[in-house]
Amino acid sequence: MEFFRIKNDIPFMRHALVFNVISLLTFLLAVFFLFSRGLHLSVEFTGGTLIEVNYTQAANLEQIRAGLGKAGYTDIAVQNFGSSQDVMIRLPLKAEQSSTKIGESVMAALNAEAPGATLRRVEFVGPQVGKELAENGSLALLLVIVGIVLYLAMRFEWRFAVSAIIANLHDVVIILGFFAFFQWEFSLSVLAAVLAVLGYSVNESVVVFDRVRETFKKVRGLSTPQVLDHAITSTISRTIITHGSTQLMVLSMLLFGGATLYYFALALTIGICFGIYSSVLVASPLVMWLGVSREHFIKPKKQIEGANEDGAVV
Amino acid sequence: MNRYPLWKYLIVALALVIGFIYTLPNFFGESPAVQVSSAKATLKVDARTLDRVTTTLKEAGVESSGTFLDSNGVKVRLKDTDTQLKAKDLLEKQFNPDAGDPQYVVALNLLSSSPQWLTRLGALPMYLGLDLRGGVHFLLQVDMKGALTKRLDSVSADLRSLMRDKTIRHGGIGREGERIVIRFRDEETRTKGRNVLEDNQPDLQLADQGEGSDLKLIATLKPAALKRIQELAIKQNMGTLHNRINELGVAEPVITQQGADRIVVQLPGVQDTAKAKDILGRTATLEIRMVDDTPGALEAAMGGQVPFGAELYVERGGRPLLVKKQVVLTGDRLTDAQAGFDNQTQEAAVHLSLDSAGSRIFKEVTRENVGKRMAILLIEKGKGEVVTAPVIRTEIGGGRVQISGSMSTMEANDTALLLRAGSLAAPMEIIEERTIGPSLGAENITKGFHSTMWGFAAISAFMIAYYMLFGVVSVLALAANLLFLIALLSLLQATLTLPGIAAIALALGMAIDSNVLINERIREELRNGSTPQAAIHTGYDRAFGTILDSNITTLIAGIALLIFGSGPVRGFAVVHCLGILTSLFSAVVVSRALINLIYGRRRKLESLAIGQIWKPGNKAVQAK
Repeated sequence: MEFFRIKNDIPFMRHALVFNVISLLTFLLAVFFLFSRGLHLSVEFTGGTLIEVNYTQAANLEQIRAGLGKAGYTDIAVQNFGSSQDVMIRLPLKAEQSSTKIGESVMAALNAEAPGATLRRVEFVGPQVGKELAENGSLALLLVIVGIVLYLAMRFEWRFAVSAIIANLHDVVIILGFFAFFQWEFSLSVLAAVLAVLGYSVNESVVVFDRVRETFKKVRGLSTPQVLDHAITSTISRTIITHGSTQLMVLSMLLFGGATLYYFALALTIGICFGIYSSVLVASPLVMWLGVSREHFIKPKKQIEGANEDGAVV
Repeated sequence: MNRYPLWKYLIVALALVIGFIYTLPNFFGESPAVQVSSAKATLKVDARTLDRVTTTLKEAGVESSGTFLDSNGVKVRLKDTDTQLKAKDLLEKQFNPDAGDPQYVVALNLLSSSPQWLTRLGALPMYLGLDLRGGVHFLLQVDMKGALTKRLDSVSADLRSLMRDKTIRHGGIGREGERIVIRFRDEETRTKGRNVLEDNQPDLQLADQGEGSDLKLIATLKPAALKRIQELAIKQNMGTLHNRINELGVAEPVITQQGADRIVVQLPGVQDTAKAKDILGRTATLEIRMVDDTPGALEAAMGGQVPFGAELYVERGGRPLLVKKQVVLTGDRLTDAQAGFDNQTQEAAVHLSLDSAGSRIFKEVTRENVGKRMAILLIEKGKGEVVTAPVIRTEIGGGRVQISGSMSTMEANDTALLLRAGSLAAPMEIIEERTIGPSLGAENITKGFHSTMWGFAAISAFMIAYYMLFGVVSVLALAANLLFLIALLSLLQATLTLPGIAAIALALGMAIDSNVLINERIREELRNGSTPQAAIHTGYDRAFGTILDSNITTLIAGIALLIFGSGPVRGFAVVHCLGILTSLFSAVVVSRALINLIYGRRRKLESLAIGQIWKPGNKAVQAK
């Protein structure tokens, strides 16, 4: 079996502008939704209490809401979680209430108004924890960006590093945009997925860049766009197959992982799809516009003539 | 050219064997067990406890499939959950005849049912997190400000008595925020005061302020002292928590420090959060009272006639003790308790420090009661326990008290611990709580397992269909990766959570990338007209650089998550990072070893079973 039977290099770079305009539009749209709708942050970030209960029959959400309202809870969110029997109740942080007693008092209220619930999970997060998590999340993102830029700049060239990180940050923003648009819950595990995707898509750009470098070194007389086209074309089959395989795994998580892993897998799915697009069709034109050329790879080679250059060259 | 030296094959084989051995315990599962451990710091579980457990069970005719003693206590392995409950009830009755005052913790537990030789090798099943086994997780914040304020209050009381002792006239000593302000009327007294403070209070940092007749001396705690107080506060609180949690009957509680001022408490299997919170939040108090040694009073009390104004307690050795109800001192006055040695006799001793008000009272009491006994009681839930009841030999002033005589180093340590527990250093607050029901935990395991299994199956089917024999090799390498990953997780006993399982699945999904890279490269070499052997060689060689680069960028993201992540993110990050490392080995070395074994020895190799190779008629670019 072989899916990709490509005779000539596909002229990706001829359409570079189009791809980048599409990217830019999606990006702006994502930013717009991020600002207009905001992320639906989970209890982990906002602080508050989350209670998950299970009913043997389909749960009556109205009854639960009314019952909790009677017990004096305002500003609560009650929704189904995974199936019609599972209910998730979110309560905001309240200064005057003893936070540690909420779980029990909610259960008492439920048993009075909508009996038959069994407690599955309680999560209480105090205000100081939430703030810290948001801070640590941003720090982690920053560290990933700096680390990857430095590594790529060292291993390749700063132009590659900059394009790769721009292309992949744009993925991150788009994932966040999706979460904002659909108001999917943004939890800690989604954050983990986003950062994992960032590392994963950069690795996609690395594979293409590796080829670009190799082609620059080996083949003379090609223009930069031609080199990029060749690099992308010769790696495209690997790109699709790899991402397809990873996506198979993620799909399996999406189908079998249950509600807890659902958004995690969803973030990965969006990340993988946009990852292919951006690392190939956004990062490469960026490299081209930043003015990468054959000299960037040939010069240092002359300087280290005679040295062991075999090891790391692909 | 495609042959590995023997040692490389041996390394691969060895890695696989070790991986297999350490993965093995996960297949045996766990069997129900009952664990008996000590509920009190003063009580040790030893070989005698083991005997007692064995005989109790034998007499009642409960069959156990093994009893043994380890650092946690005595563990009894049982064949099913019915016998487990029966054994628990039996042991509970035997070890804790008085249910109101438990001496031992009898808890249900799970034990790995892997064979003895595996356990002896240190091969244990993966350690499951709370979201997989059910339980409660608390994050407690220690109020360091409270601890400091308390300390500064007691220091200012000390300063007052110090000034009085040295007859230095001051215009008032008071705590303002985190500093102590001492007022003086003239420069001379201030210098005198400063000298005295410098000699007697090494923990304080002094600064002059004010002018004219309103002179001030500002005392703040030195950073080193500050740090020591904070460390002590958190250690003390952890010790206290330990004692209290014992009462909950949890088999494997986890109590760890997180950051400078936080404590994580994890109680696997506990569902009753209300009770857990009640116990965690409880305060114990320490009381020093006099022993009533009126002749005949003790005998009367034993007979049921407790004299007015006294209470009957049992000493640690089991002897009854009659203690007066009137409290001489409370734990608030105790600033520290440490185990140590007597300066002269080198006997084990406990050193207590009292604050100035406490020292004054203690001095008076000891002066009036030389030759009599005093009792130090730990009061919890309105119930008292005699920690120690020493005889007063002389008058003790200065607030430094030493309790010594007929105790071992171990006992001195325990006593100091109990005394400190009685004066909880700083208030704590629950800032995060997570309860996971046991059914949800089991469900999470199944879901995680199914995701991984189906994902793996789908990838395998595709790889084999697309790359034929090379696909089979890739799948074997991927299976080896899974084996290494699980073996590593079992070996490190890293906590496996649901995000961790997701990371295993994702690691597999990403690891296949390396094999795809290699296979595509080999196809490309073949397409360009290389001989099969050369194609394998260059394919692997060239792909390696790319694989390394791409894995390192992924690893950077993983490490960032590891550093900044907490809770679920950390569980994900650990597995993610490990998965990248194992994939490097399995995708490159293991798969190469397999390919070499299959093709390496054939000299006249015509073709490779790597799926169809399609050669375009003309090529725009031909790499030379």
